[in-house]
This record gives sequence, structure tokens and C-alpha cells, in this order.
Amino acid sequence: MAICTGCSLLCEDIEATIKDGNITAVKNLCRKGNGHYQALKTDRTKPMIDGKEVALDAAVSKAVEILKNSKNPLLCGWSNMTMEAQAAGILLARKLGATICDTSPTCQEDLMERIMDGKIPTCTLDDVRNFADTSVFWGSDPSNSHPRHLSRFSYYPRGEKRQKSYEEERICVTVDVRKSATATLCSNYYFRQPPGGDAEFAEAVLAVLDGKIPKVGDKKRMIELGTLLRKTEYGVIFPGPGMLLALQGKMDLFEKLVAKLNEITKFKVLPMPEHCNTRGYYQLMREQTGFINGVSLRGGAPAHGPEQRLAAAAKSCDAVLAVGSDPLAELPLATARALTRANVPLIAIDPHRSLTTDAAKVVIPSAMSGLEAGGTALRMDGVKIAFEPLIKPGKPDLLSDEQILARIMEAI
Amino acid sequence: MVSAMELYMLLPKTNCKKCGLPTCMAFAVGLLGREKKVDECLPLIEEKKYEAKLKKLREVMAPLENASETGLIIHPEKCFGCGNCVVACPVNVAAEPTRCAVGLGPQGEKVILRVEDGVVKCNNLKECRRFGPNKILCNACTATCPSKAIEFV
Repeated sequence: MAICTGCSLLCEDIEATIKDGNITAVKNLCRKGNGHYQALKTDRTKPMIDGKEVALDAAVSKAVEILKNSKNPLLCGWSNMTMEAQAAGILLARKLGATICDTSPTCQEDLMERIMDGKIPTCTLDDVRNFADTSVFWGSDPSNSHPRHLSRFSYYPRGEKRQKSYEEERICVTVDVRKSATATLCSNYYFRQPPGGDAEFAEAVLAVLDGKIPKVGDKKRMIELGTLLRKTEYGVIFPGPGMLLALQGKMDLFEKLVAKLNEITKFKVLPMPEHCNTRGYYQLMREQTGFINGVSLRGGAPAHGPEQRLAAAAKSCDAVLAVGSDPLAELPLATARALTRANVPLIAIDPHRSLTTDAAKVVIPSAMSGLEAGGTALRMDGVKIAFEPLIKPGKPDLLSDEQILARIMEAI
Repeated sequence: MVSAMELYMLLPKTNCKKCGLPTCMAFAVGLLGREKKVDECLPLIEEKKYEAKLKKLREVMAPLENASETGLIIHPEKCFGCGNCVVACPVNVAAEPTRCAVGLGPQGEKVILRVEDGVVKCNNLKECRRFGPNKILCNACTATCPSKAIEFV
């Protein structure tokens, strides 16, 4: 049984046939995961300095030189790698006195912090499968982002208390701006929102739960939704990026809504980060620095605030190390531009060619975690999953993220 | 997917009975159920005035040729590989109660639907509830597909 690190579900039931170090056939892998497995052979990076191919050692020593000369380096990415590599990264950041950030939207961090602090109740995906009878996909479309979410946990499987599953015992609600693939599966409970209308929707749900008439939306359908939420025995809300972006700075409202729902019945919240080990990164950062993201380790004591957020840190840094993510493709244009300022050298550690590696001064190839490198990762619900490398790396000198970071650390 | 009515509109509509069926509508239903073939409608083949209709009919019927014995058509280009159909299929659940039923991918060979290389594949058609003359019109797999990648004729 192999594991798939294509998204944060970390599916463990993959059957791969390996012949002469190549993966020839895979079973139970979704399309997204299959693309991830296929990527083993396509667009792999080579060690490069200024666009010219060099030996690995030369690329690593150039990276060391840049980081040594930098006064305020920024280490960003971290979400697509093992926890061991992330721990090595935090050690490196301590040594350099660097700012450390991931590339996910800041609003996700806000929700995750509240969940880790215990202000918003959460549960594991296995609890969802065994007990949940109402799944609310709010601003998320798992059919596209986490294809096996519905079939493995949230809607179709039979669980301990949900033997009749989707046919009788489970209901799935979608709140989205468009009729997404997931919304087509639960058309009876699809609530269309105008972009940015999630705060009003949350207020309307609160009003319905209080027995008042909602101000927005189809009143009859909102009351129907209120009745459904009241009747629920064990509900789970899966907030996606759509909802998190619309509720940016208004997370208190969501917390209030969840608290209100929990007065009536059991309701849990399970955020859906996209990358395979975002949750692991937040957890490690919280354990080691006290903050979950956007931390400056300059001068020893961890500092966290608006200046340490990626948008601000990108403008003040004088060297960038991008690892385990593709910041230039994922970040807003202004932040991506700030990262590629003329006098700021960019180092990219990535198994694949990406926008970031194309713009980078130094490129260091790494092994794909989960396929060529083993380790542990946290699933989106915080369950720890350990995995072994599936195949040997194609080239003998291909190092894992952890080994590369350890080498940089050693040289510094 | 085409309907019997759409097929009927492309037939001569003369009820000549040369195909062995009483009406053209019955022939259209036969075409859809893959019990009859386009070539069995003699006027359509022989008479020149139906040439355009025949061409259109063959075009419309082309996707139906790829359907399996149970009438299942898989469009691999649309499939997400999500496995909703694998977990929802009652035959799969009965075959692997400890895996398919709880959302895991199947291991054995008894299942009808399984995801291979990122798209759904169909085996063991004889086990399907839609197989044979005494079929039950089960639609667990098509109703749970988010991208309409599987459909029945």
C-alpha cells in the first residue's frame, strides 16, 4: 500500500505496480493523485545557478553563501514536505534569524489558530465517516480540490452509526458562488451566494437559528436550512478558501455561528488546506515558536505580527528561500513581485520546474516526498501519517528536502 | 444522451413494418436498447431521400456503439477519479464490505467499478444489476458522479 501526497487527504490505500524503478500502473488513485504520480518523470529540476546547470554541491554552496550574507532572509513555502524537513527548516530559520512563512491565504491561518486553541470544535475525518449526518461544504468544492473527500469520508461511505449512508442518513449542503461539481451532488441543499456574501449568509443562518426571519436569501429555503441544522445529530462544516476569503477579518462571526450551532446540537469544523502537510507545518510552528505562521526568529525571541506576514515580509527581506511550494504562482501579484525584486536573490528547492524555479537565482532539485522520500505528515484533520519512500530516486545524488536543509545548516 | 424521440425524428416515420416491428417508434426504442441496428430499417438505407437522415442517425448512434452490455458508457476525459461510484455501487459494497463500504479502494477482482490510473474502469459486467433481461434499473453510479463521466444508454 502506497500513500499519495497529492493533497491533504493523504490517501493510504493506493496500489502501485513498480517495474524497474518505474510506476507502471496505479489503482485507487484519483485523477489529481495520478497527475502527482505521473509528475515523477516530467519537468524535474536540475541544480542551476543563474539559469546554467551546475553540480549539486556548487548550487548548495551558492545558496549557503547567499543566506550567510543576508541580514533579513525570508524562508517561505513549507506546506508540501514532510514534518522532519519542516523541523529542519525551523532550526535553520532560528540559526539565520530569518522570517518563516507559508504561502496559504492568511485567513486560513486565522481559522486554524482558533481551531488549535480549542475555540472552534473540530474532529477527525474518521469521526466524520462514523458519526456525521450533515456535511456543509462552505466555499469549498472537494470534488475538484480533494477528489476522494466525499467518497472516503464525508458523504458516500458507510460508518459505524451511519450504515445507510448517503441514501438515507447523510445530507450534504453546499454554499458556493457557483454550481460546482460538489453542488450538483446535493442540489436540494445548494445555496448560491453572491461573491463576498458569506458574512450576510452567516448572519442569516444565525437569525434563522434564533427563530427570526432572515434578511437575505430566499426566506423559505433559509428556514428549511435552519430546520435541517436543528435536526442534525452530528454536523461538520468544511470551510474552503471561498468562505475564508469572504470572511477575512470577520472570523468572530463564524465563531459565534459555530457556538450557536453547538448550543443546539453537535457541530464541528474541519478546514480543508490544499497542500499535503499544511497542518503539520502549523502544528510544528505552534509547538516550537508559539505562533502558527508568519514568525520572525531574529534575535532569538519569536516575533509575530503584521510585519511578519508574507505580504510585508516579502517587501523587507533581502534574500528568499522558497521550499515545498511555488510562491510566485500561488501568491497575489504584488507579493510575488516583491519576492522577485532585482537585488533580492531567490533560492528555490523544488522537485519540479515551476514559475519560482524559473525566476530563481539558485535552483536545488529535491526528491518528491511520499514517492522518493519518506517521513511523516499530518492529514487535514491532524492525524499523523507515516510513509516510506515508494521507489528509489532516479538519480543517486537526489536529496530529500530534509537532507538539503541539513546540508545548508551544516555549512552555515 | 439521445432519447428515443430524437431517434424517432430521424426515422422515415412511415410505420412500414419492414424491420419486423409494428411502428417506427418501437424501432427507435429498439435502437436505444441496442436490440435493433440502423441497417435493419430498409427504407432508410435504400431510398435516397432519407440520405441526410441516415447520416445524422449514424452520427447520433456512434457514441452508443461504445456502450457495454449493460449500457454503461464511460467518458474517461471527464472522470475525476473521485471514486464516488465505486463506494456507492451496491454490488461493490456487497463484494468488499470492509473496503468499498467504508470508502477505501477495492482490493479484490469481484467489484464492477474501480479506479485505475486516475479514471474509472468497468469489469465483471455480469454482476451488474442492469445485466441480462431481468435487469433492475439501478443508477447508484451515475447519480453520484459529479462530472457526468458515466451514464447509461
